[in-house]
Amino acid sequence: MNLSYYPGCTLKTKAKNAEDSAIASLAALGIELVELPRWNCCGTVYSFAGDEELHQLAPVRNLIRVKETGSDKVVTICSFCYNTLKRADLLVTSNPDKMHTINTFMEEEIDYEGDVEVVHLLEVLRDDIGWESITEKVQVPLTGLKVAPYYGCTLLRPQDIAIDDVERPTIMGDLLKALGADVVDFPYATECCGSYQIISSPDFVSQRAWDILSSAVRRKADAIVLSCPLCDANLGQTQQEFIQKRSDFNGIPILYFTQLLAVALGLDPAVCRFELNYVDPRPLLESKELLRH
Amino acid sequence: MRTVISTETLYSDFVKKVEAISEQTLLSCYQCGKCSAGCPMSFAMDLLPNQIIRLAQLGLEDDIAKANTIWICASCITCSVRCPKGVDLARVMEALRLITSRKNIDQVQIPEIPKETIAQLPQLAMVGGFRKLTA
Repeated sequence: MNLSYYPGCTLKTKAKNAEDSAIASLAALGIELVELPRWNCCGTVYSFAGDEELHQLAPVRNLIRVKETGSDKVVTICSFCYNTLKRADLLVTSNPDKMHTINTFMEEEIDYEGDVEVVHLLEVLRDDIGWESITEKVQVPLTGLKVAPYYGCTLLRPQDIAIDDVERPTIMGDLLKALGADVVDFPYATECCGSYQIISSPDFVSQRAWDILSSAVRRKADAIVLSCPLCDANLGQTQQEFIQKRSDFNGIPILYFTQLLAVALGLDPAVCRFELNYVDPRPLLESKELLRH
Repeated sequence: MRTVISTETLYSDFVKKVEAISEQTLLSCYQCGKCSAGCPMSFAMDLLPNQIIRLAQLGLEDDIAKANTIWICASCITCSVRCPKGVDLARVMEALRLITSRKNIDQVQIPEIPKETIAQLPQLAMVGGFRKLTA
């Protein structure tokens, strides 16, 4: 089975570890992620303005690119890309006038008619493959690894694009259970990390990061798993400072869910690109004898 | 703080503009405070989210402008999904930001961001931040 895949900017650079581990894992599960031959920025943050369509052009143009390949479904790995593409699709499908305005503005393109379904990779794993089928393919069960799933914002809010329950999501925990890990529930799982405020209020983001990280540590998690490259940066880059300042904090590795999937499927650890993780997870994974190459 | 409420501010263009951009009815809010209770950035805000929407209802544009609240909001949408009245406060915050940024006023001075920071941050942090905090 082939699936159209929209990578977005960060998956090609800072979050190459998410992309490479996802492509390899999905191949092992029988799905080829086919990158769109042409794509542009998704817009990153969805525009809430009701009086302008300009900010919707970028995401809608990407949906047209999907349509051009003959596909009616596109998968994203980055949570932000999922959010902007999904919400732009929802906006134009529920507002025919706006869809018409956007199509008219981009007259050089074929019309978008709400004919592309935007899904996140976690949904593909849950709905198209299924947890039981994933468990059957596990070569290295993540036994004894205590992992706290961190969802952040953009997979869950607003409600009409949420991939799971807004307040009590289980999708990432269900995946981890299917891989044999122990799931650590912690109260900050759906709380915002401070997001793009890292460029203007880094100290406030640092406070958010500490609340989230220390909560996971208090719940005895060995690692945090997530899907969003911005959460990864905010929770990862701040850790050096915390390690220096706080004698009781030794750092906690943060991994993309796709990396733990690749480890559990027994793939070559090279596809995980662990060198890009802000806190090296390899000592932890080796201590649990999970890296078998 | 002495606050003067008048029909002039109450029926001002400002209120109409906020409602038009956000597509929200400001008077739907009955000040329960659920938004502020769950706001992850409230610890850093001069005024709480529920206070901002109250000021917006009354058309008190200057009081909103004096507070850092709308520029600390991280658009996480927690307030919107929890509002018992269905007010999408994240959209109200965005409308309030846009009223300033459409006057070509930036909250982040891009040339002043250190090169090391640019090299360190993922692209989506920068593009996202610029889109929310600059004109």
